[in-house]
This record gives sequence, C-alpha cells and structure tokens, in this order.
Amino acid sequence: MSRIQQNLSGMLRASWLYLLVVLTMLFLVLPTLVVIPMSLSDARYLSFPPKSLSLEPLFSYFASLEWRTATTVSLVTATLTMLLATTLGTAAAYSLHVSQSRLSGVLRGLMLAPMIVPTIFIAIGLFFVYARFDLNNTIPGLVLAHTLLALPYVVINVGAGLRSYDMTQEQAACILGASRLRAFFDVTLPQIRFSVIAAAMFAFAISLDEAVISLFISGGDSSTLTKRMFSSLRSEIDPLIAVVATLMTLLSILMLCISLMAQRKAKRRSL
Amino acid sequence: MSAIDAGALNARELRSADRRHRLFLFGSGLPALLLVLVTFVLPIGWLFWLSLFDADGQLTIQNYTRLLEPIYVLTFVQTFKIAVIVTVVCVLIGYPYAYFMTKGPHWLASLAMGVLLVSLWTSLLVRTYAWLIILQRRGMANDLLMALGITDVPLSLVHNLTGTVIGMVHIMLPFMILPLYAAMKSIDPIYNQAAAAFGASPARAFRDVFLPLSLPGLAAGATLVFVITLGFYVTPALLGGGKVQMISMRIESDVSMYANWGAASSLGVVLLIATLLMLFIVKKGAGFSRRSE
Repeated sequence: MSRIQQNLSGMLRASWLYLLVVLTMLFLVLPTLVVIPMSLSDARYLSFPPKSLSLEPLFSYFASLEWRTATTVSLVTATLTMLLATTLGTAAAYSLHVSQSRLSGVLRGLMLAPMIVPTIFIAIGLFFVYARFDLNNTIPGLVLAHTLLALPYVVINVGAGLRSYDMTQEQAACILGASRLRAFFDVTLPQIRFSVIAAAMFAFAISLDEAVISLFISGGDSSTLTKRMFSSLRSEIDPLIAVVATLMTLLSILMLCISLMAQRKAKRRSL
Repeated sequence: MSAIDAGALNARELRSADRRHRLFLFGSGLPALLLVLVTFVLPIGWLFWLSLFDADGQLTIQNYTRLLEPIYVLTFVQTFKIAVIVTVVCVLIGYPYAYFMTKGPHWLASLAMGVLLVSLWTSLLVRTYAWLIILQRRGMANDLLMALGITDVPLSLVHNLTGTVIGMVHIMLPFMILPLYAAMKSIDPIYNQAAAAFGASPARAFRDVFLPLSLPGLAAGATLVFVITLGFYVTPALLGGGKVQMISMRIESDVSMYANWGAASSLGVVLLIATLLMLFIVKKGAGFSRRSE
C-alpha cells in the first residue's frame, strides 16, 4: 500500500517536473521562434502571428543603404574580432598553461576580468580613451574592444583543450630538433584545433551580438547592426528590424552548430 | 638529468634553452596582455582617476557624496531589487530544469540542453526585441491570458518592471542553469542509492543528500546571475520603457546627456565595488562551508 502510494506520489512529482520543464523550454525558445515569421509580415505595425506573409520587408532591407552598411560593419568587425581574439587568446592560453611562474595567476585573473566588470563601465571608459586616439567611430576601435570581451572565452575554451592534451608530445618534438614555434604549430595546434574552432565561434558571436560598447564607440557609417537596432527599438520600431533579427538568429544558430560539432570532436579526441 | 652533473658547457646550454623557453612563453602571452592593459586597465583606471575630480579639475569627494542624494539612492535600491527578483526567479525555474537535465530521460534532457543553447546563442538584442512583440498590449502573451480567462483587459506587461524582469530572467537563465547542471552532473548517483539503501525516502534522499551537494553549483549560478544583472544595460533600457531606472542607465545618461564624467565614473566605481564585494562574499562563504565539512 505504502509502496503504491510512494510510486504514485513519485509519478505526480515527476509529472509536475515535466510540466515545469516543458513550460520553461517554451519560454526559452519562444523569442527565437517568433522572430522568423515576423520578418515575413507585411503589416506596418508589429503583430504576431503576422496577418499575411510577404517578402516586402526582405526587399526593403536590401534596398536600405543604412542597414546594408551596418550589416557590413558588423560582419567585418565580427570576422576581424574572431581572428584577433582567437590568435591572441590561444597564444595567451598556451602561455598560461605552460608557465609555472607566480605571475601567471595574476595574468589569468586580468584576462578573465572583463567578464565580470559591468560592460557599461568598460564602454564609457573606452569612449573616453578612444576620443584621445581618434578611435571612436572606427572599425579598428570596435575590433579592439570586442576582442577584449571575447578574450576570456577563448582563454577558457582553449585552456580546457590544452588540459586534455599531453604536453610531452611537444617536448618530444623539441628534443627531436623542432623549434618551440614549429613544435606548437605542427604538433600541439592540430590536436587542440577543435577547441580553437569552438573558441573562434564564441568570439564571432560575441562581437556580432555586442551592443553596449558599440552604442558608445560606433556611429555614423561605422554604426553596427546592434547600435542601429538599439536606437530603432528605442524610438519607433522599424519593421526592417525583423529581417535583421532573423538574419542574426540564423547566423548565430549556424555558429552554435559549428561550435557544437567542434566541441564534440574535441571531447572525443580527449577520451 | 640535471644541470649539476652535466658539464659546464652543457649547463650553459641548458640555461640558454631555459631562457629561450621563458622568452617564448612571455612573447606568446604579451599581445593579449597589452590589449587588456590598453583597452581595459587604462580606461577603468582613468575613470577611477576622473571620479576624484569635479568639473573644474579640483580634487573632491563630491562625486561620491552626491550618490547619497535620494535620486541616486532610489536607483541603487531599484537596481538591487531587480537583481534580487531576477536571481530568485532564476533559481526557482533553473533548479528543476537543471535537475531534469541531469536525471530526466536522455532524449528529453538533450532537447532541454539544446533549447537552452539556442536561447543562449540567440542575440540578446533579438531576444529583447521579440519580448517587446510578445508582451505588447495586443501581443501573444495578452491574447493567451485573455483566452484563458485570467484577465479581461490587456495587462501592461512591457515598458515597466514586469517586462524588465521577464526579459532579464530569459537572458540570465542559461547562466543559472549551466553551472548548476555541471555541479549536479558531478554528484555520484551512488550517494542517493546509499541513502535509499539506508531507508531514506526519495524526498528525504533529495533533501539531505542531493540538495546539499548541489549547493555550490547553485551559489555559483546565483552569483553569476546577480552580478551580471546588477550591471546590465540593454534589456532594462528597452523593456523598462523609462520607468525602470538602473545604475547602468544612469551612467549612460550622465555621459551622453550631461557629459558629466565625474558622476558617471563614481557610479561605475561603486557598481564595480559592489560587484567585487558580492563575488568576494560568495567565495569566502564557499571556502568556509568547505572547511566546515
């Protein structure tokens, strides 16, 4: 009797858990799902579900010089950020991993710090400093700032890859006469490449999505997509935003897929 | 082999190899370090410095004493209130979710993880925009609430505190769930089995065994959520509709509307100190509980 009761109450508890989890899943995925049909709506004001479907917003997006320029700025910045952050971050992660010096703890903390310092504070600081170096409203300025934000994620990801890699292989290459640099590129890098790829995807996505710093340090022809979106969402909502949002969503899902595949391969390798 | 029993020539060779090795390590870390110094340490340091001067360049603590004025105090209170609400809601939703991801049937747990990752990777501005549409007066959320008969008139769900909290919870949930999931995953199921073998009911085993073991993950997730929410800007600025005033928004308006760098800097410094203090307290607390075990 008590056993049945226990099972029953267990099942009831489980069904509560199921209900809660399914509702949370809906809550989590709803915004991503809403965006795509919105971009195919021809209504002038925003309603969901759209009253009728049309490709009109898509055409007007391609016709708009402003949004096209912003798209280019964002994609160029994200690509350059990905390259710079992945290179610097991988080199730094390697240095932190191998070095036994007491300083490396401090350096590690310094490199991870941008994760916890409020971005708005970094943003106004950069705005202030950039004004003295004419870096406001420039793509190099954006790339440097976004690289700073992406760096911790690269260091963490590549660091994890290095931990599951056997360093003695690189030492073996060195004993056989390879230079340190050569040993890294020919022996170590190929084996941690999936962690590096995953880190690169992170860096790209972080740059593409970054809004707070871009809000301050980008403007005019160097405005990023996020800056334009933010300004538009604040005043009157341009129906074109739905198209931009869809574009960004598809792009980030692509990044997620690549990074998941890379992470899976990295894990398999370490087993 | 050590340098001592090798010949003197060999020792010199080893020393220079060691030097080259150090140089290589230093060189590979240097570019990243320089970047962090120039784009992070310099700006933050400069703002610290600016916060100590008034508009005429006189040394003053007035930027800080001003923060005791009611308007600033109100902002601080509201910011902490929002951070507390968001953290509590994230704990209440995130704990069962992470638990399900650890113990639920495999395919559903994978789906739960997939949904979480898609949400995390979707642009934060895109998600905020989607909430504007869903929560608006004639949006989906109100349609649903009215169809269910919960309300007769559309509720104002956005451009206020409600909208801000909904949007923030949505953005912060992955930061709650992922550390919690990692902690739960590392709890050996053998503990629960042992508890059951000694006659503990599942509820008791959960309360006395699983829950305490998952607390470090819960603390890590909650801290992360709290700290990030404290300094968040984009979502409250868009979903709060001017009715919600957080520290980050006051920093923004101090700079872009009044060009008052002293005021903005001092606010930023206080925000940063609050953040660090929070992290310090949690770290101390975690260290203490580990020692007391």
